Amino acid sequence: MTTQMAPESMYRSTEGLGIWEHRGKVASVGIGHSPTARRWDGKPETSVGALSILALRKAIADAGVNPEEVDGLVLVPVTTTGAYWPADQPVPMDAVNAFNPTDDPLDGIGQLSAEWIIKNMPELTNVKFTMYAPGCMSAAIVVAAQAVGDGLASNCLVLKGWHNLEGRYNHGGISASDEVPGSFAINPGRTLWGAPGCFGTALQFAQYCTKYGKNHDMMAPFMQNSRRNGLLFPEGYWAQHRPEQLTPEDYLSSRWIAKPANLFDNDIPIMVAAAYLFTTADRAQDMAQKPVYILNHASSRGTARSITPTLEEVEAETAATGRKIYEGAGITAEDLSFENMYDGFAQFHQFHIEGLRYRGMQPGDALDFYQTDISIEGPNPILASGGNIGGGRSRFWMHTDCMQQIQGRAGARALTGVKPEIAVSGGPMPMGGNFTVWSATPD
Amino acid sequence: MVKQGVVPDDLNRPFFEAANDGRLVVQICTACDRLHFPPRVACDRCGSSDFLEWKQMSGKGKIYNYGVVYDCPVATLKEDLPFNLAAIMLDEDPGILMYSHLPGTPADEVPVGAAVQVIFEATANGQKVPEWQVIG
Repeated sequence: MTTQMAPESMYRSTEGLGIWEHRGKVASVGIGHSPTARRWDGKPETSVGALSILALRKAIADAGVNPEEVDGLVLVPVTTTGAYWPADQPVPMDAVNAFNPTDDPLDGIGQLSAEWIIKNMPELTNVKFTMYAPGCMSAAIVVAAQAVGDGLASNCLVLKGWHNLEGRYNHGGISASDEVPGSFAINPGRTLWGAPGCFGTALQFAQYCTKYGKNHDMMAPFMQNSRRNGLLFPEGYWAQHRPEQLTPEDYLSSRWIAKPANLFDNDIPIMVAAAYLFTTADRAQDMAQKPVYILNHASSRGTARSITPTLEEVEAETAATGRKIYEGAGITAEDLSFENMYDGFAQFHQFHIEGLRYRGMQPGDALDFYQTDISIEGPNPILASGGNIGGGRSRFWMHTDCMQQIQGRAGARALTGVKPEIAVSGGPMPMGGNFTVWSATPD
Repeated sequence: MVKQGVVPDDLNRPFFEAANDGRLVVQICTACDRLHFPPRVACDRCGSSDFLEWKQMSGKGKIYNYGVVYDCPVATLKEDLPFNLAAIMLDEDPGILMYSHLPGTPADEVPVGAAVQVIFEATANGQKVPEWQVIG
C-alpha cells in the first residue's frame, strides 16, 4: 500500500464554503498518549516508533474497538522537533532491528511511515486507507475528519509522534557553515541576519506592543495560567518531569532569546506521541467513550508579501480563519465554551484568539484580557490545556483537552466556570494552520 | 559583524550583483507594477514569469519594528550578541521588507519608524549585501 500526502482539496482553506458537508457526522472516541521525555535515550522502547505504537494502542483500547475494526490511519511522517539524524553518525541498528524495519533504517527513529506502523502493529489487519498529513496533529485531524466524512475510512487512527535528539536544533548544518546560498540569505525564516526561530513572532509582537501600547510584562498572567493548566495535565512534560509552577517573577526574569521573546515564550522540545480514533457519528454511539463531534475544520494558507509576515498580515489572516471556522460550523463566537488555540511561541496565542473574536475580543485586546480571570474556574478560560507552554512541544495538548473537557474526563483541569459544550483548537501558525471545532452534540 | 559569505544563485544573482555595484534593486512584475522581495519565479498576483524585471530603488526606508537577538543559531554572529535585528520598509513600497542589523545603532536603542539609508556591507567571502543605517 502506497501512502500519499493528503491533497489540498481535503482542507477547507477559503471563505464562502458554507456549512461543512460532514458537520456533526464525524466523532472522536479514543485518546492515547505516550509518556514524555526531554530527549531520546537511544533505547528501542523509548524511540518515537515505540511511543507511537503505545499511543495508538491506548487510543484503540480507549475507544473500546477491536484492532481489526480499524480501517484507516492518518499520520504525520515527519517527527523531528528540529534536528535530523546527523549524517556523520551511524544509525543505531540495535534499535532499528528491535522492530520490523522498512527499507529506510531511520523509520521509527527519526521519521514514521504508515508501512512501519502497520508492520509493527500486527493486530491492525484491516487497514485499507492510509494518508500522510504535513507537520502537526492539527493537519492530521483535519485530514482524518474529512476522510471519515467522505467514507474513505470508518474507524480511523490519527497519529503524531515527535523525536528530540541531542543538541540544539538549527545550530548545526547551514548555520555553522562559512558560506550560504543566496536563496537562504534572503528568504523568509532563517537568514543571513541570524534570526532565531522565534524572531518572526517576536517582531510581530513588538509591532503589536507599539501599535496598541502594550508590553511584554503583560504576558505574565497568561504564562502563569498556561503552566498551571499544564501541570494539571498528567500526560504533559512539565507535569511528569518538572512539576514547578511558573511565577510572574520567574517569567519576567528569564533570559531573552530575541527580545521581546524570552526563554519561556518558547516551548520546550520533547519526545512524545499521541493518537486519536475517529469514527462516524453513528458508529460512535456503540463505543466506550462519549463521542466528541466535529462541527467543522478550517485551514489558513496565508503567505507573507515579503521577508517575514507583518502584524497586519497576521491580523488579516487570523480574522479570516475565525470567519472560516464559524461559517463551516454554523456557529458564532458566542457559542464557544472555551478555546485551545496554538501557543508554541507564547506570542502566537493573542493573535489566534483575537482573530476568533473570542469573548468579543478585537485586535489589541488580548493582553488586557490576560489581566482578568482567565482560569479554568472562571467564565472566560484561556488555553485550558496549558498548551505547549504548559505541556511541552507536542502541538496536540489543545486537541486532547477539547475532547477530554467535552467528555467530562479532564480531571483536575476540568472547567468549572463554563459548561464545556463547543470548543475550537488548532494551529500552529497564524499564517498557516489547521483548526477543528469540537462539540458535545452533533447539531 | 561579519555575516556568512553568500553564493548567489540564478534567482537572486541580479540582486547580489547590484549590491556589489552599490545599487539596491528589487524584482518587479512590470505587468502588475508589483515589487517582490525575496525574488520569485512568478508574480504572486498575475502568476506570470514573463514580466519579471529588476528595478533600482532609492535606498531609503523606515524601520517597521525590531527585536534584539540574544541567542543566535548562526556561528559567525555569536560573538556579536546581543544585536539589533530590524525590519526595514522600503519607501517605494512599505510592503517590501528587508532585514538589518542597523550598524551604528546600539542594541535596543532603535527608533521605530525612523528613516534609514541603505549601505552595502561585505560578507565573509566579499559578496556585498544591503544594510541600513539610521539617518540623522
